[in-house]
Amino acid sequence: MTAAEFASADKSGQGYRPGMAVILLGLAVLLALLKPFLPAIALRVPDAAVLPYDHWFQALFDFIKDDLGLIRVTRTISAGLEWLLDLTANLLYGKNRWPYLGPIPWFAIMAAVAATGWVLKGWKMALLGAVTFTWVALVGQWDIAMQTMSVIAVAAPVAALLGLILGILAWKSPRFAAILTPLLAIFQTLPFFTYLLPAVIFFKVGPTAGCVATIIYAMPPMVLMTTLGLKKVRAEVVEAGKMSGSTRWQMLRHVQVPSARSEILVGVNQVIMLSLAMVVLTAFIGMPGLGAKLLSLMNSLKLGRSFEIGVTIVLIAVTMDRMSKAWVVAQPVHFERGAPWWVRRRSLLIVLGAFLGGLALAQVFPYLAEVGRGQDLSMGSQIDAVITAILSNDIVTGVTGWLRGFLVGSVLIPFRNALLWLPVITVLMVAAAAGHAVGGWRSAAIAAGFLAVVALTGWWDRAMITLYSVLSAVFIAALVGLPLGILAALRKRWSDPILIACDTAQTFPSFVYLIPAIMLFGVSDVSVIFAIFIFATVPLMRYTIEGIRAVPDEVVEAADMSGATRMQKLFKVQLPLALPTMAIGVNQAIMFAFFMVIIAAFIGTQDLGQELQKTLAGNELGKNFVLGMCVALMALAFNHILMRWSEDRRKTLGLG
Amino acid sequence: MPLKDPVIRCRNVWKLFGPSPRTYLEATARGRSFDEICQDGYIAAVRDVSVDVGKGEMLVVMGLSGSGKSTLVRCMSRLVDITGGEIAVDGTDIMKLDERALIQLRRKKMGMVFQSFGLLPHRTVLENVAFPLEMRGQDRHDRRERALEVIRLVGLEGREEYYPRELSGGQQQRVGIARSLAIEPDIWFLDEPFSALDPLIRREMQDEFLRLRGMLGKTIVFITHDFDEALRLADRIAIMKDGAIEQCDTPDKIVLKPATGYVAKFTEDVEKARVIHAGGLAGPVNGHSLDGPPVAAGSTILQLARQLVNDQREVLPVADRDGKVTGALSRQDALDILLGPM
Repeated sequence: MTAAEFASADKSGQGYRPGMAVILLGLAVLLALLKPFLPAIALRVPDAAVLPYDHWFQALFDFIKDDLGLIRVTRTISAGLEWLLDLTANLLYGKNRWPYLGPIPWFAIMAAVAATGWVLKGWKMALLGAVTFTWVALVGQWDIAMQTMSVIAVAAPVAALLGLILGILAWKSPRFAAILTPLLAIFQTLPFFTYLLPAVIFFKVGPTAGCVATIIYAMPPMVLMTTLGLKKVRAEVVEAGKMSGSTRWQMLRHVQVPSARSEILVGVNQVIMLSLAMVVLTAFIGMPGLGAKLLSLMNSLKLGRSFEIGVTIVLIAVTMDRMSKAWVVAQPVHFERGAPWWVRRRSLLIVLGAFLGGLALAQVFPYLAEVGRGQDLSMGSQIDAVITAILSNDIVTGVTGWLRGFLVGSVLIPFRNALLWLPVITVLMVAAAAGHAVGGWRSAAIAAGFLAVVALTGWWDRAMITLYSVLSAVFIAALVGLPLGILAALRKRWSDPILIACDTAQTFPSFVYLIPAIMLFGVSDVSVIFAIFIFATVPLMRYTIEGIRAVPDEVVEAADMSGATRMQKLFKVQLPLALPTMAIGVNQAIMFAFFMVIIAAFIGTQDLGQELQKTLAGNELGKNFVLGMCVALMALAFNHILMRWSEDRRKTLGLG
Repeated sequence: MPLKDPVIRCRNVWKLFGPSPRTYLEATARGRSFDEICQDGYIAAVRDVSVDVGKGEMLVVMGLSGSGKSTLVRCMSRLVDITGGEIAVDGTDIMKLDERALIQLRRKKMGMVFQSFGLLPHRTVLENVAFPLEMRGQDRHDRRERALEVIRLVGLEGREEYYPRELSGGQQQRVGIARSLAIEPDIWFLDEPFSALDPLIRREMQDEFLRLRGMLGKTIVFITHDFDEALRLADRIAIMKDGAIEQCDTPDKIVLKPATGYVAKFTEDVEKARVIHAGGLAGPVNGHSLDGPPVAAGSTILQLARQLVNDQREVLPVADRDGKVTGALSRQDALDILLGPM
């Protein structure tokens, strides 16, 4: 296609009307230039016009909580959850509760995990499991790691089960799906502080609240994957079930759910990973475990020990991710006829055997049961020293200092001030222009409307500071990530390892990304941006590589045979076809950035995240909700524009 | 010609896809052509079809893709609800059955084989074959026994514990066939069962199918887009185009007297002597004096070639399987078929 044909295809395609978008954009610029002459209401929503939404929501929540008696329902649920949590807590780290059996010696758990790995995917997986759990025990973090695991052990299965049920319901009833889908979209963009506070208020402080927040946070992908999987079951398989005379329940139980196994298990994998990410963050509401430890160590700038905990979290994340993914691809293999039961139950017996063997060994060698105080091999203080030495090295401090000075002084602060200087009306116009460009008036209304709500809440300035962190970080991430992604995609030898690296990095709980940021840049705006930047670069690279690699071979071959140079091939063929996928990457980068910028409140920002963190202390549920919605609405505005563009583009290009 | 006591009886069956098919059918659809209905925004998958399937008969529904043959067979098993008309199975109108009765009908009387097999990937061969038995709540021991029996019948013994993905296409379809036979259905639907297979395997499976058919004597509705396959297997063929049946008759009649130009296009390239049987070509006995040994009604003209050339009689008697003379075969007609008209 030539450029002219592209343009004409765009005009004929639905929704793309550049004319109007340009006019809107021009209007936005004009309004900015005319700022001195604008009425005050166009610059900011005046305080008098800001209604006390937080009080209204507070009243609404209080009404639901106390008058409607939801608190009694939730307290009953939390009693049940607490029982489960006590059970896993007793088994894993010996909390003094029923069944009073624990703690299970670390060596037995390690052996069982390694054996599971071996059963799932051979000795490499076994090695990964063994190394992870041995490391955790030997660096003396077993107890806090098990505190974290004991919550995951409850939250992940419950989230998976609830997600499965909701997914089935959404698939059965389109009306239910129509209600659920936008709710899930909001859930996925709500900042995690907004999960935490209601969880605390409704479900008691401590592990129960952490568990509930984790369940809610981890559930959405399970719902989506279940629905997707059930939709993808082949019509003939369903018909075969019908012709076999299945009732509806038999159909679901024996035909549809098992046939959607792969997608459902991918959902389980995501539930596990999100559970881990969230459980670490529940440190902010005082949940003990790896997150709390990391939080306190970073507070006191003990970077070596933070680093060790970071390694622990990453190792656990990679182990859980790889094992659950191996479970996704594992296919049943038949047994020879007349195989005895111990051959058929081989997997179970191996894991059980390893566990019992570990138990027995732990009886003989106490060190294998529990690594006591002072017995661990933690090098935390030494690493502290090494890191301090490296960071106080003149070259390093020179570089980071210069970067900090230059970025803050010449780029970040001016940009932030510019955003704050802009009249509200201009920002709304820009949003409308972008919306109009991709999806006509409807998208313009959605994008501008979401931001208008933010303006009406009176939190505009804080929101602009949040937006400034997000945009600067994603911009830097795009500068670095896109070229790297393109380079990697063009060289097959690089793309595979880089894809694996990206996938692995994406499994790390977001909290971990703060460690290098604080190490390099201390407590400053730059470290906030840096943390967001590394977190957001990952999806950008990943989707760039995937987009370019998904360009059909014949198209590339056709370009070669047309005599295209490498550059021509890249710019005329590969990039245009990869753009819709890359847009998904940009979208994810922005979503990740909105997530991370809230966590970075911990470093000390002046944005919505900081305000959100303050509401935790004061139990201000209404304000918390309003702030959370501000973040979610900004994220959703970006999400709408980018996803709409990507979908339309895919359709126009016939990429399905 | 309506059969007496047909197993499946379709009368003026319609299946329309579109916004409100029922009202549209009542108001306008009857009498309109496929394209006109299309212009109204509806798709006529099945258009005014009336056909009977007799007990023990094998009806092959033949048509190109999109001709509505798959939809028709799904109407007969009520995997698809029809828009208008009536379908009766053993005299009961299946559209009047509630869910429970429909499940009972399928559990007791119907078996179906699918083009891409429709096997459950998480179950072994044995568990797949036993699936319909499990659905109707037979106990474990019984269903294992019966499943093994049908697995042996389709020649898969030794593979009971395999999973579908560990089998070749032909073997997978054998599992599909075994599963459809597990409940000993009276009516057997086969939806392009061999289309997804390689030509050599397809031929082998057709032979296998003929063997099973001879053994089991079931009422069969068989879908195919392959005219040769239809000729090879059918008692009667129904040729479909744009949702309607163009012609429904025995292979001999279809080849000898194609009803429409569309059907004639299929029969043009067929080697007629290989398809037409003595019984199909023979006229009535009346008026002819028949002497000498008869030829078998079931032999094709090609099989009789040598005798037709050497025989001196003008008219040959044709006898059925019991030796009873049923018709008179003009030797000239038969030679015309064999050698082409002069």
